[in-house]
Amino acid sequence: MIRFARRHMLGLESYTRDELSFVLETAGAFKEISERNIKRVPTLRGKTVVSFFCEESTRTRVSFEIAAKRMSADFVSLTGAASSAKKGESLLDTTRNLDAMRPDIIILRHSSSGAAEFLAQRVACAIINAGDGAHEHPTQALVDLLTITEHKPVIAGLTVAIVGDILHSRVARSNIFALRTLGAHVRLVGPPTLLPPEAAQWGEVVHNLKEGVRDADVVMMLRVQLERQGRNYFPTIEEYARYFCLNEEKLGAAKPDVIVLHPGPLNRGVEIASDVADGPYSVIMGQVTNGIAVRMATMYLLVNRPSAELEEELAEARRAAVNGDETIATGRGF
Amino acid sequence: MLLIRNGTVIDPANAIEEPRDLLLRDGRIAAIAAPGSIAPDDARVIDAAHCWVVPGMIDMHVHLREPGYEYRETIATGARSAAAGGFTAVACMANTEPVNDSAAVTTAIVESARKAALARVFPIGAVSKGLLGEQLAEIGEMHVAGIVAISDDGKPIMDGNLMRRALEYAAMFNLVVIAHEEDCNIAGGGVMNEGEMSLRLGLRGMPAAAEDAMIARDIAILERTNGRLHIAHISTEGGVHLVREAKARGLAVTAEAAPHHFTLSESAVAGYNTNAKMKPPLRTERDVAAVRSGLVDGTIDAIATDHAPHHRDEKEVEFDKANDGIIGLETALPLSLQLWREHGMSRARLIAALTVNPARILGLDLGTLGVGCSADVTVIDPDAAWFVDPTAMNSKSRNTPFAGVEMKGRATTTIVGGRVVWPEVGDA
Repeated sequence: MIRFARRHMLGLESYTRDELSFVLETAGAFKEISERNIKRVPTLRGKTVVSFFCEESTRTRVSFEIAAKRMSADFVSLTGAASSAKKGESLLDTTRNLDAMRPDIIILRHSSSGAAEFLAQRVACAIINAGDGAHEHPTQALVDLLTITEHKPVIAGLTVAIVGDILHSRVARSNIFALRTLGAHVRLVGPPTLLPPEAAQWGEVVHNLKEGVRDADVVMMLRVQLERQGRNYFPTIEEYARYFCLNEEKLGAAKPDVIVLHPGPLNRGVEIASDVADGPYSVIMGQVTNGIAVRMATMYLLVNRPSAELEEELAEARRAAVNGDETIATGRGF
Repeated sequence: MLLIRNGTVIDPANAIEEPRDLLLRDGRIAAIAAPGSIAPDDARVIDAAHCWVVPGMIDMHVHLREPGYEYRETIATGARSAAAGGFTAVACMANTEPVNDSAAVTTAIVESARKAALARVFPIGAVSKGLLGEQLAEIGEMHVAGIVAISDDGKPIMDGNLMRRALEYAAMFNLVVIAHEEDCNIAGGGVMNEGEMSLRLGLRGMPAAAEDAMIARDIAILERTNGRLHIAHISTEGGVHLVREAKARGLAVTAEAAPHHFTLSESAVAGYNTNAKMKPPLRTERDVAAVRSGLVDGTIDAIATDHAPHHRDEKEVEFDKANDGIIGLETALPLSLQLWREHGMSRARLIAALTVNPARILGLDLGTLGVGCSADVTVIDPDAAWFVDPTAMNSKSRNTPFAGVEMKGRATTTIVGGRVVWPEVGDA
């Protein structure tokens, strides 16, 4: 049975429960590689992965690079500043040129919502959305889900509070879509300026942090973009922190075994206090570790897509093996 | 001479809606009479059996891009697109390069349209110099050169005092002020309607309140003047209510709606479809229904396309970077016919919204089939079924959200001043 037959990873909104579970299982299986003494497997040998980041990023870009290299892919990194965008070339033209060099995967980060989907319709290689505007950041949400399942094996029924700038957060969207598909109870916490009325269709909307995290199994903090200050979403960072900075006192309202996530980078003292970020409930470093496994799994699944053609090739290989020809390995293990 | 026989004449200006034959001579309507009662003599005969014969349709809101953006459209290609869509006259907005804010530009547009000799083209002058929203353009000079209205369309007039002075001053020439109603601050740089869809797609939304607030402001200003205000491309339920209420109070306000606003909702943006990106944006189903009922009950006077040609390169980009607008001249008629077919709009009211109403708003002596009037006539086959093929369109641009969609109804013959301009078969 084909459990994952997607050409690209653009967003989790359309993913089924089965697909999400399968990707998470696969990611879980990849974790062990990073614990080995020699952290390299030949899974993507001979494959070319291009990371094309038109927006700044450290964590995600490095995470993809390490993941690709641990699977022996040839990895090329291109950033917005170095790209032809500076010379006035369109995103589409730059990407078409990259595509013409026959990479297997392009990892895209871009400030325009929908940029990854736009390109996916126009190139031959697989596209991984590493964040498009305020839309989705699917691998980050998969990291969060994997991290949650390591502490709470069944996501269905969990109360997950997502706190902060929901309006502008692609991490929030990917998580909301996937968590709802998996049956979690989603609570959205933040000031009304960052939670438009329509957010109510995604979950329970709460404007008070302590009430928002009450009896939560999981609290996901979002990074506050400091540049939102001055655009009247809230008066000052200081006032934001007063109401929405998660500290130990507020976290006390959550379940005793609550876990706290944050996609990074942290604004200590703004959305999260150090006592929480570095405290016993924090799984933030675990998220970073899991980032490698999730991104390895994502690349592996897209390149080793169990397509109809691939199934056919495998059947052909099996026939050849039966006929005593040179044995072709059919296993797709890693 | 041209004799149009066997059709059903629908001429709201003269309250005619019955089988009639129509004789055109010397660019004028020479006779309108019972079927079979006009002898053909040496007239060329057009058989309009099963068709409607209506006054030449008028689109009071198009962008023809000349001068300045001829790679998108020219007056000639735009006028041909109009003729193909059944329009005998269009009024073109001032946001060209240079802006139509002077008699010289107005004259150049009039001259270019005369050479094209297809649909009539009436220029609309800018309200403000350079569309900058600061100083009034030379409205009187442009009036002499041939403008039929003033508008800063595309650029909302944020300065309420400028809007007041424009309404007051234009009244001296009996020119209507056409307003693109959008409070830019409330719109907040949005790229689609604000709501469920924008939240899901992570696109910045512009709320309906941006349009409603500006319509309310301009109606309030209008009350202090003796001018005429025309609301362009109305798209919100709130806007329709405001216009209905202002009309009930007897204010000199009129409104138009674009076919996309009474046909498509914001759901067309799914997949980041840049051919569903325009200003005002596609709104909710509720707004679409309100715009339809505004047309059905006459609150909205005119149907106008906001025909906005853009080059492929300006649409084949990330959604937030794409230009606003779609072409509309060649799909407007069948989309409008749906109002009659599906939504209870009377035939007479529908044809009025496409003919005599825009003519009256612009002060044009057109939109009627009265004897002695200009022989501008559109023959419509309301049942002709066809598929939209953007590559087969006459506009220079292809930016339509209706590619591949089946349409019902089309103009079979477009006649301007007694001359058949569509299909292009030479003189009558």
